[in-house]
Amino acid sequence: MHTHTTQDSTKQSLFRSRNPLHLTIGILLITTLLVTLGNLFFPESSAFHVSDYTVSLLGKYLCYALLALAVDLVWGYCGILSLGHGAFFTLGGYAMGMYLMRQIGDRGVYGNPDLPDFMVFLNLTELPWFWAGSDSIVWMVCMVFLGPGLLAFIFGSLAFRSRVSGVYLSIMTQAMTYALMLAFFRNEMGFGGNNGLTDFKEIFGFSLQSPSTKLGLFVATAIALSLAYCVCHFIVKSKMGRVVTAVRDAESRVRFVGYKPEHYKVWIFVVSAMLAGLAGALYVPQVGIINPGEFSPLNSIEMVIWVAVGGRNSLYGAIIGAIVVSYAKTRFTAIMPEAWLFALGGLFVLVTLLLPKGIAGLIPSIKQKFAKVPDSTKAGL
Amino acid sequence: MHRIFLLLLLLVISGQSYAIKTEVSEEVSERINEQVNKKVNKKTHSKLSSLLNQLPKTTLRNMATLIERISQTKKPLTRNVLQLMLDGELYYLKANKQLVRAQNVANRLYKLTDLLTGQSLPDVKKSKLSKVRTNNRLRSTLRSIIAKIDLTDENKKVRLKAVQQLLSSPGKESTAIIAELIDTEKDQDVQALMATILSLQQLKSGNHGEKIKALQQLSDSLEPTVKNEVVRLLANLSQKERSVEQQILNDVLSHTLEKMESRASFYSLLETVFFGLSLGSVLLLAAVGLAITFGVMGVINMAHGEMIMLGAYTTYVIQLAFPSMIEYSLLIAVPAAFVVSGSVGVIIERGVIRFLKGRPLETLLATFGISLILQQLVRTIFSPLNRQVISPEWMSGSWQINPIFSLTFNRLYIIIFSVFVFISLLMILKKTSLGLHVRAVSQNRDMARALSIKSNRVDAITFGLGSGIAGVAGVVLSQLTNVGPNLGQAYIIDSFLVVVFGGVGNLWGTLVAAVSLGLTNKFLEPVTGTVLANIIVLVGLVLFIQKRPKGLFPQKGRSTD
Repeated sequence: MHTHTTQDSTKQSLFRSRNPLHLTIGILLITTLLVTLGNLFFPESSAFHVSDYTVSLLGKYLCYALLALAVDLVWGYCGILSLGHGAFFTLGGYAMGMYLMRQIGDRGVYGNPDLPDFMVFLNLTELPWFWAGSDSIVWMVCMVFLGPGLLAFIFGSLAFRSRVSGVYLSIMTQAMTYALMLAFFRNEMGFGGNNGLTDFKEIFGFSLQSPSTKLGLFVATAIALSLAYCVCHFIVKSKMGRVVTAVRDAESRVRFVGYKPEHYKVWIFVVSAMLAGLAGALYVPQVGIINPGEFSPLNSIEMVIWVAVGGRNSLYGAIIGAIVVSYAKTRFTAIMPEAWLFALGGLFVLVTLLLPKGIAGLIPSIKQKFAKVPDSTKAGL
Repeated sequence: MHRIFLLLLLLVISGQSYAIKTEVSEEVSERINEQVNKKVNKKTHSKLSSLLNQLPKTTLRNMATLIERISQTKKPLTRNVLQLMLDGELYYLKANKQLVRAQNVANRLYKLTDLLTGQSLPDVKKSKLSKVRTNNRLRSTLRSIIAKIDLTDENKKVRLKAVQQLLSSPGKESTAIIAELIDTEKDQDVQALMATILSLQQLKSGNHGEKIKALQQLSDSLEPTVKNEVVRLLANLSQKERSVEQQILNDVLSHTLEKMESRASFYSLLETVFFGLSLGSVLLLAAVGLAITFGVMGVINMAHGEMIMLGAYTTYVIQLAFPSMIEYSLLIAVPAAFVVSGSVGVIIERGVIRFLKGRPLETLLATFGISLILQQLVRTIFSPLNRQVISPEWMSGSWQINPIFSLTFNRLYIIIFSVFVFISLLMILKKTSLGLHVRAVSQNRDMARALSIKSNRVDAITFGLGSGIAGVAGVVLSQLTNVGPNLGQAYIIDSFLVVVFGGVGNLWGTLVAAVSLGLTNKFLEPVTGTVLANIIVLVGLVLFIQKRPKGLFPQKGRSTD
């Protein structure tokens, strides 16, 4: 391979790098289109029919994929193993949940037009200050990005500036989400305590129960995922992304060259947290509930395993990993609920021991197998 | 540190003069039952039984003299009969006037016990029975007779118990008895308590001079009853028109109350310190194994919590296997848990961790997977529900140092035990050849290997040691919390934080970190509540790590990453 000229190799890497972007987005959008058509136009008896249940399940998987993308961005490309991305996901979910809660209006059990049910139950007479404005869409969209982003900014700038890294950082992120879980379990926090926010009625005026809304949410998630993929791809390929990757590989050297690694780390951490928040916001209307259980450290670690299974050196790997593992979880918990944790645990061990590059790591080697003959002849020339 | 040491010293000194067990009441009742159950020789009771036989026939008016005569028999049974009479459980059968103890078991159905022999008789209906009647005056006579019998008992514990009872429900006649008995009392504790009762009586009904004097004597007392009386008197004093005497009394009362309250707050401070130390020692036990595997070896073991859980389940299994040896189960469980968790640790090290050397994040993920598998394993074998681990007798109860301050035995033992574990671990690392090898490998693996240390073997043994200690921690935790599959999860984050806070690779740092976290938590709790205290400590720790990423006591060296 060393016989190639520089121009040749850049050409080749450009060709190779563009390919997954188009391919991934293409597959994603085509699948979405097929599912939509299958759901809308084929009768239930047809083999091509996609049931409403499947649609909302797929929507959930795509949220997970978006979340995995966010984890992959910091872990795979910046080397920050965050065990607290569940916190950003849940915060985004709470922002959406608060908006949906306010849309219930006077249709709640207590029929109070201003206060959600749990506040009436807690004998509150007026909205807490941090709920102000929560009935507007603009506020909701802002909070979905601002909430997780701000937390990530504060946490990141504190941690990265004092050069906390590696395992210490992982444990601290875990402690962060654990502390948030404890805090949100408290009724006094004003976020519904143990039960969280639930019993939503409609989103932007569409009933959450109707199949068409579910399909709409699924399509919206697919579009959001595609956009997020484009953004991530752009970030990774940009000059900034190159520095971030360099920070992953040799932080000290990057610092000696004159960059400030902590700035790049904070920046990528915040972007990732916002993507996670977006995933949470899309997730909540599809499952109809958000509660502090989502903060639990186990959830955050499960996200990491999605990325590990899919392959953390590629963005599409994260998407594949999230969908494969989530599908396996759905199947396992339905057939043998006991076996799921065995399988998940085994997956952790096997993937780290035998498949450090994940599923995506297998693809190039398969490709190479097929491309071996022409490759060698080329090299011979 | 000096202050804490001083407090502990004080605590020990005051404890020596005042140690009482709380199980006294149980002992007394057991003793009484024994006496009743003894095969009673009828001859020795002839006088008593003839007196008792008069009970059904005697009228209320003559009852007092009869009771007086009964009380003079001074047989072990005497007290019991009088107590039954006071409790209203003394009946006689209408048919043959036989005296029995009758307890209502079901609607209008009574369980009978023969008084003299203690044998159970067939249950009868209420209509067949008649009660030995008493009235208020008789009952107070009975009470004072019983009190007198108890106060002259040979057993010190019985006397002490009787005096304590009199203190909580004082009366004129009891004061008279005590005044009579106080000079002959030999035991200091009982005598002091008797003096307190007398002074309290003076405070209640004495004249002005007596009141002031009584207050001076009572000012050192910690009894809640005394404090309540002082508070009551202070509230009763009229606020507007006071005579000089009342003014003086008011001043003395408020001064005494102040003194009492400052002492009470001192003891409540001691209590908080004790709770903090207890929590700290639990944290220390949970974290010290991790200080070995993570701190010394540098392996991130997320399954550490599950090692603790395995230890707790080992205790459960041992109690299940030897139900007759509950008293000793913990002593067996400690080595057993060490072996179980230690060997699981060795298997994990050999099977997974050694392939992931130098890749800490991968180790973290793989051991997390192992923790999930272990949790599910326990869930499948033992069910997902919490299991009950019994506390042996010697772990329950408390050490009553004074009336407002007591230390529970289980927490006390746990503190002692964790210090023991810590010191032995320190000795292993500092004094044994294994410890030398462990330190050598952790400092410079290649050089250690060059000096013919089998680094693989040392790794396995070290990891086994750390996991084994976690198992021992599980035995201790089984005495404090529910034993369930999620037991370990609750401690893993705390353990890591303790190790990181103390400084990786430093056992003393772990000790200081655990104790200071425990104390901080317990001092915050009354102010903020449990959950918020947890959160504040967590956030505080995260902020601390930002400031000093290497913990309280960072390892000195020139290595860099």
